[in-house]
Amino acid sequence: MALTNEYIKQRLTEKFGDQVQGFLEPYGMLTFEAPKENNLKVLQFLYDEDDLSFRFMTDLQAVHYPDVKGHELAVVYHLHSLTANVRIRFKVFTDIQTPDVYSATALFSAANWMERETYDFYGVNFVGHPNLKRILNVDEMDYFPMRKEFPLEEQTRVDKDDDMFGR
Amino acid sequence: MARPVQYNIYGQTDVKLVKEGPEGLMGEGFFGTALDKVVGLARKNSIWPLPFATSCCGIEFMATMGAHYDLARFGSERVGFSPRQCDLLMVMGTIAKKMAPVVKQVYLQMAEPRWVLAMGACASSGGIFDTYSVLQGIDQIIPVDVYVPGCPPRPEAVIDGIIKIQELVGNESLRRRNSDKYKQLMESYGIQ
Repeated sequence: MALTNEYIKQRLTEKFGDQVQGFLEPYGMLTFEAPKENNLKVLQFLYDEDDLSFRFMTDLQAVHYPDVKGHELAVVYHLHSLTANVRIRFKVFTDIQTPDVYSATALFSAANWMERETYDFYGVNFVGHPNLKRILNVDEMDYFPMRKEFPLEEQTRVDKDDDMFGR
Repeated sequence: MARPVQYNIYGQTDVKLVKEGPEGLMGEGFFGTALDKVVGLARKNSIWPLPFATSCCGIEFMATMGAHYDLARFGSERVGFSPRQCDLLMVMGTIAKKMAPVVKQVYLQMAEPRWVLAMGACASSGGIFDTYSVLQGIDQIIPVDVYVPGCPPRPEAVIDGIIKIQELVGNESLRRRNSDKYKQLMESYGIQ
């Protein structure tokens, strides 16, 4: 029996009730979210069940929504089931003042560097990560570049002509 | 074959194959000139580059070293990857801020006399990557002698840059590296 989105949704709502919500299918890929306290439980459930077997985490990143107060940072996990060739997306939202999310490193070793990158660019603090420090930026940097409030351009240049850049 | 090819054309054309040597006093079996000029001539025709190739400009450098746009005919046959053995640091490609101390360390390990060529837009000024993570030009950390603009520069442009370096090397005074002006330049970069 092929693994369909309805079946995955049914299994999730049986196990977690109304904690998993926000079921959407953009471009056919099932997307749902859960409170950040349960992220490891959901990931473990999707990993352990033999008929679901989402044992390959393909991506882990974050999105910054500055307008949604209380849920500004979303940590997004992309999971893939190799036996059934199905992909799903799982999101947890967190507040920007206390961006603590449990680390998935114990379950997926791939999460190690991806969580470091997410910390480096968005400031999400992964609780339980073995080595949470900056990975791609300079170690002394004191801000998180991918958050929307920080400018893309280098601020120390003095030779840029404003009217050539549309300002 | 469209036309017959003749290889030994020395003396039959008015295009000089080899530039004239330095001025000096020529006699039967001897040639007297200034030491600066002879040393400059020797150095400029045997520059050993260190290709610090980071991104796309590195690929263009590989093409420049290939047989078609041969850089080896200018004396750069042996490219070394050890700064202790090289004269010319060619920085080719985008230098991120995290890489900047590494470039400085490589420059410090080179022995005098040393020259630096910044190839491409990213090494000269940050290029199109005007962002928080890219160093906006390597001249923020090391003194540069020749900038080769382009994204990436054509191999002919790289060869033009090397020829300009050769002119600088050939005309450099032997005392320049000990002079006050050079010391001030190094102080301004924080290099002792």
